[in-house]
Amino acid sequence: MSALNIRHVNKTFGSTQVLKDISLAIDSGEFLILVGPSGCGKSTLMNTIAGLEPVTSGEIRIGDDDVTWHTPSERDIAMVFQSYALYPSMNVRQNISFGLEMRKMPKAQREEAVSRVAELLKITPLLDRKPSQLSGGQRQRVAMGRALAREPQIYLFDEPLSNLDAKLRVEMRTEIKKLHQRLGTTIVYVTHDQIEAMTLADRIAVMRDGEILQLGTPHEVYNDPVDMFVAGFMGSPSMNFLPVTLVSHASGYALQVHDEEQGGTALTLPWPVERDTQELSARVGERLILGLRPEHFLEDDAIQEASGEGARLEVTATVVEPTGADTLLQAWLGGSEVTTRLGPKSRVVAGDRVVLRADLSRAVLFDEKTQRRLA
Amino acid sequence: MANMVRRHTTSARLWRTGLYTLLIVAALVYLLPLVVMLLTSLKPLDDIRAGGLLSLPSTISFEAWSKAWGSACTGMRCNGMSGYFLNSIAIVVPAVAISSFVGALNGYVLTKWRFRGANLCFALLLFGCFVPFQVVLMPMARTLGWLGLASSTSGLVLVHVVYGIAFTTLFFRNYYVSIPDEMIAAAKLDGAGFWRIFWRILLPVSGPIITVTVIWQFTQIWNDFLFGVSFAGFDSQPVTVALNNMVNTSTGVKEYNVDMAAAMIAALPTLVVYVLAGKYFVRGLTAGSVKG
Repeated sequence: MSALNIRHVNKTFGSTQVLKDISLAIDSGEFLILVGPSGCGKSTLMNTIAGLEPVTSGEIRIGDDDVTWHTPSERDIAMVFQSYALYPSMNVRQNISFGLEMRKMPKAQREEAVSRVAELLKITPLLDRKPSQLSGGQRQRVAMGRALAREPQIYLFDEPLSNLDAKLRVEMRTEIKKLHQRLGTTIVYVTHDQIEAMTLADRIAVMRDGEILQLGTPHEVYNDPVDMFVAGFMGSPSMNFLPVTLVSHASGYALQVHDEEQGGTALTLPWPVERDTQELSARVGERLILGLRPEHFLEDDAIQEASGEGARLEVTATVVEPTGADTLLQAWLGGSEVTTRLGPKSRVVAGDRVVLRADLSRAVLFDEKTQRRLA
Repeated sequence: MANMVRRHTTSARLWRTGLYTLLIVAALVYLLPLVVMLLTSLKPLDDIRAGGLLSLPSTISFEAWSKAWGSACTGMRCNGMSGYFLNSIAIVVPAVAISSFVGALNGYVLTKWRFRGANLCFALLLFGCFVPFQVVLMPMARTLGWLGLASSTSGLVLVHVVYGIAFTTLFFRNYYVSIPDEMIAAAKLDGAGFWRIFWRILLPVSGPIITVTVIWQFTQIWNDFLFGVSFAGFDSQPVTVALNNMVNTSTGVKEYNVDMAAAMIAALPTLVVYVLAGKYFVRGLTAGSVKG
């Protein structure tokens, strides 16, 4: 049985439709992330789940109950906000127990719940402080404590980490994941940060313009994107898109990379035989878009040369950005600049001629017009 | 500005001296009427007839104060200001309390429970701030008559509440706009309803704006003369009307010391309120304009 079931939900503000026929179901204990650029409707979707915005049509079920027209307090939901939304006049203890008090929980039980949550989040020493006396990270913990104390059926997180500095954000991310693994809570989490989405989610829903483009595990969304938008949105640095022409080649197909400046073909990449599909045969001679992630490029070395793995190509490095863990290299390939991710040992400097291998077994092909995935 | 580098040359120092002299003189000029009032109220009548306005009293006497308070004649009666002072309190306290509360509630609804037409509603309320007193005199008199509240304390309270709501709503609405909506959403999810959110979440953080509103309303209503003289009955006249009647009496000897003492008595409460809560007034007026 699903913990949360959203069926054909539409939402319009005036003449703009912000949610278009959204349907999704979340199992109990699942961690679902709604991700997308700002204005894609992910926050609106979350607000409709919370009951803070009415839907225009459709149905929202929590467990067995149809809660579409229930008030926020009637839905068994807790929410963690981006701004934390702590009550400034109350201390941490009162902040955490306010929701319990509203639900008429006896005082002794409330105190028990507060101390349980405080211990879990390591905020026991802060219980008597006011929110204004806390740092950003501490406020974040209190906001989570307030949600956890209620033990609701569903937790909603609305970009909870985006007000924290980079280091703290990574720490809290891990902590949220640990909490989820320990407590087995059902979580819907909104973010525009695709790294948060990849690292935390059991499943990711990528949204754009009020629609869910793809719903799948982080692995699926990253490796099998349904279209160019999902492919480009997930992953940092983004996937490289190269305009190519599909041609017949030996026993299978090959991709000709256009040289946009001089015209003609810059190079030809053989398409792996094992990835031939029926659809491709109808597309011979057409312009397609080849998607290659930065890590699909390998620096040519002896081992790979011996195995003959990947398609060999020679490029000139334009910008080299060592990040420590690895080195990002930008180079011109045909008419487009591509970003590649090389090992940390790479000693390439800008201007060098570099021999790379493109691992086409993991590459993806898109239709140029519809931007949908072909292979 | 202390947080600025400045050269300490002779000409710079001369400029400073000139500037401060000007400021001190200006301050003295502004203080002068108060000084004259205070001095005069403490003088016996003979001193006033003999000396100048600024001369010090030969003997300090509080007789004028006690007469103004207890036995000076205001029109027909000679019971001093005390009764009217209490009338004013009986008008001001409920009027301030009710208008501030309604303003807070209006501000809460206009910002946190927005409805279709909320902005229009606010614009119309705002319009009320610019309606001159004189315009509402006649319609208000009719209204009070219909309601059976003419010439009563309750009637005056009603007039001041109605007139004050425009201002109090403006204050509270602008303050509550800066309070994040997420806080209200969090309280809704926590299970709090309309009134609980108001009492438990919003009012506890409204200290500065409550202070501003109370000072503003207190000063306005206490100092009001026109509504008082138009709508008050014989027994419900506020202190401002009594002061006028006392000072404008055309019979008997003009007792300037009693007049001055009466004026001071009438002005004292607003001064006290401002001195006690003035710093919050300035703080509240600028609340939200600077972060933190």
